[in-house]
Amino acid sequence: MKKLLSFKWLLTLLLVVITGYFYSKDGVITSSVVSTALIFGLPLALAAMVGIMCERTGIVNIGIEGTLLFSAFVGFFTASATDSDFYGVVAAVIAGTASGVLLAFMSISWKMDQIIAGTIINILATGLTSFLYKQGHTAPTTSEIDIPWLSKIPFFGQVLFMHGPIVYIGLVLIFVLYVALFHTSWGLRSRAVGEHPGSADTAGVSVFKLRYLNVSIAGAVGGLAGAYLSLELVGSWDRGFTAGKGFTALALMIFGRWNPMGALAAAMFFGLTQAVTNQLMFSQIVKIPDQFVNMLPYILTIVVLAISAGKVRPPAAEGQQYEKEQA
Amino acid sequence: MSALLEITNVTKTFPGVVANENISVSVAAGEIVALLGENGAGKSTLVKSVFGMVRPDSGEIRIKGELIAPGDTGGAIARGVGMVHQHFQLVPVMTVTENIILGDEPKRGIFINMKAARAEVIALSEKYGLEVDPDAFVEDLPVGTQQRIEILKALRKDVDLLILDEPTAVLTPQETDELLQVMKNLATSGVGVLFITHKLREVMAVADRVVVLRNGRVAGSTSPRETDEEGLAQLMVGRNVVLQVEKGEAKPEASTLEIKALSVNDDRKHLAVDGLNLEVRAGEIVGVAGVEGNGQRELVEAICGMRPRLSGEVLVSGEATPDMHPHKVHSMGVSHIPEDREKHGLVSSYSIEDNLVLNQFDRDPFAKGWIRNVAALEENATRLVEEFDIRTPSIKTTAGALSGGNKQKVVVARELSQDTRVVIAAQPTRGVDVGSIEFIHNQLIAARDAGAAVLLVSAELDEILSLADRVAVMSGGKIVAILDAKDAERGLVGRLMAGLSA
Repeated sequence: MKKLLSFKWLLTLLLVVITGYFYSKDGVITSSVVSTALIFGLPLALAAMVGIMCERTGIVNIGIEGTLLFSAFVGFFTASATDSDFYGVVAAVIAGTASGVLLAFMSISWKMDQIIAGTIINILATGLTSFLYKQGHTAPTTSEIDIPWLSKIPFFGQVLFMHGPIVYIGLVLIFVLYVALFHTSWGLRSRAVGEHPGSADTAGVSVFKLRYLNVSIAGAVGGLAGAYLSLELVGSWDRGFTAGKGFTALALMIFGRWNPMGALAAAMFFGLTQAVTNQLMFSQIVKIPDQFVNMLPYILTIVVLAISAGKVRPPAAEGQQYEKEQA
Repeated sequence: MSALLEITNVTKTFPGVVANENISVSVAAGEIVALLGENGAGKSTLVKSVFGMVRPDSGEIRIKGELIAPGDTGGAIARGVGMVHQHFQLVPVMTVTENIILGDEPKRGIFINMKAARAEVIALSEKYGLEVDPDAFVEDLPVGTQQRIEILKALRKDVDLLILDEPTAVLTPQETDELLQVMKNLATSGVGVLFITHKLREVMAVADRVVVLRNGRVAGSTSPRETDEEGLAQLMVGRNVVLQVEKGEAKPEASTLEIKALSVNDDRKHLAVDGLNLEVRAGEIVGVAGVEGNGQRELVEAICGMRPRLSGEVLVSGEATPDMHPHKVHSMGVSHIPEDREKHGLVSSYSIEDNLVLNQFDRDPFAKGWIRNVAALEENATRLVEEFDIRTPSIKTTAGALSGGNKQKVVVARELSQDTRVVIAAQPTRGVDVGSIEFIHNQLIAARDAGAAVLLVSAELDEILSLADRVAVMSGGKIVAILDAKDAERGLVGRLMAGLSA
């Protein structure tokens, strides 16, 4: 525990020093790279929040990929049809919530194996969106909002305060989730349900209701992440364009030890790696074939999982059905 | 006195088992009621119904005259019911404070007020004289302390009725005395206490009234003033008609199973079997009688190599058996009918055919090298299904699909069809219908007559008295007496089981 902690701070310090060094060399490029890191990292961070909210209450959610794909789809085509980015985002959040409710229904009410339930969501999302997809549509995307005053700060202004609305909402959401999980009744009860449902049940907390609530809210967060992908980051929708982000998010969740801040940091590191690579490619400093660059997130995922394997401790009741009555 | 808790005609069935049948119990304010009974008598199910952890099929539960909806734990808590659970309901990775406040957290705005929570825990701990460290993580604490946390949790909301489900099972004698004192103090201050136990001493020490449950029914109701430990033991064990078993005279020969100074720990690392000595001769049945939880399970598991022995040895025909090696122990001729057939006796998803060779599938004739001999397997299964009267549609049916009695017959058939020198039968007829009980009893006698040394462990005193040639009474991890069947009178055995001198 101590060893990893110091490793964490050492890595942070190293990143700050390196960033500072490059900023002194070329401020414009460095600011833009770090800003891009946030843009790339955010959907992963949000998707990891979906996983954290579910698993902290004891429900394994491997259907995040499906939630992202489906809500991005619904968001994009709603925005296209209504010619409104706002309605698009709202529709995506509703679609995400629906996928959360579906997962809750299958894994809590029907007591289905949670891995299968998540797989069903993934398959359903892939099949449904591919079937309904029509080429050639465009949709209005969310536009960048520069926060007055704050966006004028050198470096930090560009990195933190010149983004689309979902970036701000997402970041606030992650902080809120962190505080709520560790400092409110809801958080304490959720964690108790994920660790030892009987303890919550005997204290008069409904395991069933809390799990339903959390998995549904998690779906909404997943919907927001989907909206971000199609309406803010990419500006279009394509078959399978989420490219495994939902699964990468699960790895980040584990690496971040089911802690929102940990997962956020891990997601940002991921984003940074991609941003740096893109910059290197763009400025033609290194010449690596595209294919290898595109492999990077997946290789990193494997590395991350290998590093955290055996060192982390998932919620104890994860993946288990809670049976109230036992003889 | 008006009744604080009134349980009226509560019935609850689980698949295949009637846990509670028309049970009525009441508790008045300031009264301590003990719920006494053997394991499986339905005590836990009954109190769980009161606390909303189990939904009864029928019957009424009223607290202070108000009807409690089935399964409404929150409602029970709101009406002043606190419960100390048999299996701790604590989150290991959380602190003592977090565990105690769970479900009703002190708040400051929308946040939990940890400072106030901590102060409350300290005050609570001082009020009842139950010392805990509010900041310790539960997983780092010994069971005795965890029990204190459970009790504090239950007492936190000024309860009117406190339910304790076997609270002393994990406590040391000193801790037990402390707890009994806490219960008395609570009763004096007007709290009604309903507690479950199968320890007679505790009942005699604190209870105002005793309700004895047996096989899911109220077997009797009495008070420590009207009876003594012996009387309680008899109520608990029952005066059922002794099932008559036809058996001839035992012709014991040389000692086949010898247990010498065996000591074994239980799961909680407490000494459960304490330097035990016992001999079983070929051609006799020795029955181990005792109140459950006196080391019988640990004894059986240690003999069969399923639980590490601390010291001592187990000999079969003079040869030492290896520690922690069930397969080798079995190949020395020790058959084992385990207490928990679902867990240790069968693989539910395998066919009957495969279950019948679980411990010899790799030997001739069932296997030739790497290859299983399907014909021999089928022949074996067909013969045993016939011989042991296993009621099944086919030998390919999975064991899980059978009824309890037939599952047990599969286990018995496997264990007794082999050439065995020692048979260890633990609760061989638990949860089995009457017809199968008779059949299994006859099979055990047949094994004895064929020259096996049979060690029978059972919570049913009737079973022991009707089958055993000698009765070994076990209490506190030791054999406290060995009686010949003709001297083993029920009252005497009951007294010995209760830990009293004859």
